[in-house]
Amino acid sequence: MTTTDIETDPPRKRVAAWRLLLSNPVTVASVLILLLIVVVALVGGWLAPYGINETNVANALQPPNGRHWLGTDDLGRDILSRILVATQVSLRVAVVSVAIALAAGLLVGVVAGYLRGRIDTVLMRVVDVMFAFPVLLLAMAIVAVLGPGLTTTMLAIGVVYTPIFARVARAATLSVAVEPFVQVSRTMGTGNGYILGRHVLPNIAGTMIVQTSLSLAFALLAEAALSFLGLGVQPPQPSWGRMLFDAQGFLGQAWWMSVFPGAAIFVTVLAFNLAGDGLRDVLDPKQRTMLEARRNR
Amino acid sequence: MTGRPRSLPAPVAAFVRNTTVRFLTRRLIYSAVVLAGVMVVVFSLVHLVPGDPIRIALGTRYNPEAYEALKVASGLDKPLWRQFFAYFGNAVTGDLGVSFRNGSPVTVNLLDRLPATASLAGIGLVIALLISLPAGIWSALHEGRFSDAIVRISSQFGVSIPDFWMGMLLITLFSSMLGWFPSSGYTAFTEDPVQWLRHVTLPAVTVGIVAGAIMTRYIRAAVLEVVAMGYVRTAKSKGLEPAVVTFRHIVRNSLIPVLTIAGIQLATILGGVIVVEVVFAWPGLGRLVFDSVAARDYPMIQGAVLLIAALFLLINLIVDVLYAVVDPRIRLS
Repeated sequence: MTTTDIETDPPRKRVAAWRLLLSNPVTVASVLILLLIVVVALVGGWLAPYGINETNVANALQPPNGRHWLGTDDLGRDILSRILVATQVSLRVAVVSVAIALAAGLLVGVVAGYLRGRIDTVLMRVVDVMFAFPVLLLAMAIVAVLGPGLTTTMLAIGVVYTPIFARVARAATLSVAVEPFVQVSRTMGTGNGYILGRHVLPNIAGTMIVQTSLSLAFALLAEAALSFLGLGVQPPQPSWGRMLFDAQGFLGQAWWMSVFPGAAIFVTVLAFNLAGDGLRDVLDPKQRTMLEARRNR
Repeated sequence: MTGRPRSLPAPVAAFVRNTTVRFLTRRLIYSAVVLAGVMVVVFSLVHLVPGDPIRIALGTRYNPEAYEALKVASGLDKPLWRQFFAYFGNAVTGDLGVSFRNGSPVTVNLLDRLPATASLAGIGLVIALLISLPAGIWSALHEGRFSDAIVRISSQFGVSIPDFWMGMLLITLFSSMLGWFPSSGYTAFTEDPVQWLRHVTLPAVTVGIVAGAIMTRYIRAAVLEVVAMGYVRTAKSKGLEPAVVTFRHIVRNSLIPVLTIAGIQLATILGGVIVVEVVFAWPGLGRLVFDSVAARDYPMIQGAVLLIAALFLLINLIVDVLYAVVDPRIRLS
């Protein structure tokens, strides 16, 4: 590079992360949809026009109409009401199970990546073993052992996603641990707890946030799959996956029983995925540089 | 002893020094260690059941004679450490115990179901490749254009669709409304190839679309990485035909990562077909796991989990080995 090059290079502008995030219309739209879904989860019970277990056999299998916007199921229950109330259950399972995976994975990953040595080898072999099981299969096996239900579902999904968080946290910790500011802190005799809390965790937070957002989408799908198999959320509590399970016998007669609950899962998972992609673009340094360059062009 | 270090015969020494052999050995040992860990987890499953697993499995069929007979047949009457070594030893020789439900050998049941799952996963992967290869390559070669955006949005949609919902939609449309394909059931290929094809189409398309969406994203990324390589720029700047650059330089080189992606996807499909098999009443391993969980048939669940995890490891091992053979940088790293 010549001197002229240096002089003519425009000064690099740092753009705030949230500004970059807001400059992407897809991310903005997906975040707004997610906010709407969270609001529905919080107030869905009040919005529901009918009781979720209000059966009326005379009114069974009604197609969408003025009184039942999304139709009724085989027991005459209002599908819209059930979808609205199930939002909270599905989101709660996704959030709690990802929180379990994040807490356990972060602990394992940071300890392994920071301390290295034998602890790292042992922890990572355990993670490798857990990775050898397909996610849904392991979740099913855990539910088979502990019995179906809401708590087991959260625990099972949390356990099966822990290895992913552990690997991501370890990789991020490894790259931060070799940074000069961490090395200097160590040389100065700073305690491990302080270094982890002050230097390592804040620097791997971005990576973990992205992984969390994308995992929420997977957790939601896993909950739906388990409930669809009759192993997740149990009646009378409604869940989107369970509604699809109930719809199986009526595919030819009542398309609305399967289309609307499935669409609810699809839209929520899509919103989590798109928001996760948007976050990754902003929080991943490599992607961010590209975005900033494009913006400053 | 002469005091001089004993050296290996030249061909053996060359064999040991061979990077491919060393890579393979390392990879095999690693897989064996992980498989042993998998077996420990699988063995523990039945012992983590709160309460007496045999009592739970028998349910309303319980009577003291049946209970004792099942306990002895399954070996659960022996001390834990003996059970552990017996399970290990038997599993290695292909004996995975007997079903709690009907007393039949687990291995026989699993092998009965394997062809149905293998055919579904195989055809699903072919459909996924037929979708993702052209879509991923096209999208990468037209980066930033309208067609790229369409491919990216479609693949994002495909990744977000629950596979069982996709299956239900396909049944509603192509089976209930149009009557083109049966909604469920299975015919072995050897019995009637035409009926087999009619039955496998909808479940395989379900598996293929979801897997294809994921693979499209990876293939696009793989091709984009190659497009940014120096040799592609050189090929372009020396005036080669664009088609030659595309196919000989870009596509051929990006096919190496595609091998890994396809392998990983095949392994993922094997573990993920459970729900699709349930939707289409497909008598494969997934359906067996589903039925066994409902019946609390723990030995069958253990056997199926172990088999699928072992297949998962085996496919990953094969992919790594192929990858190392194709790309020397891997085995030298």
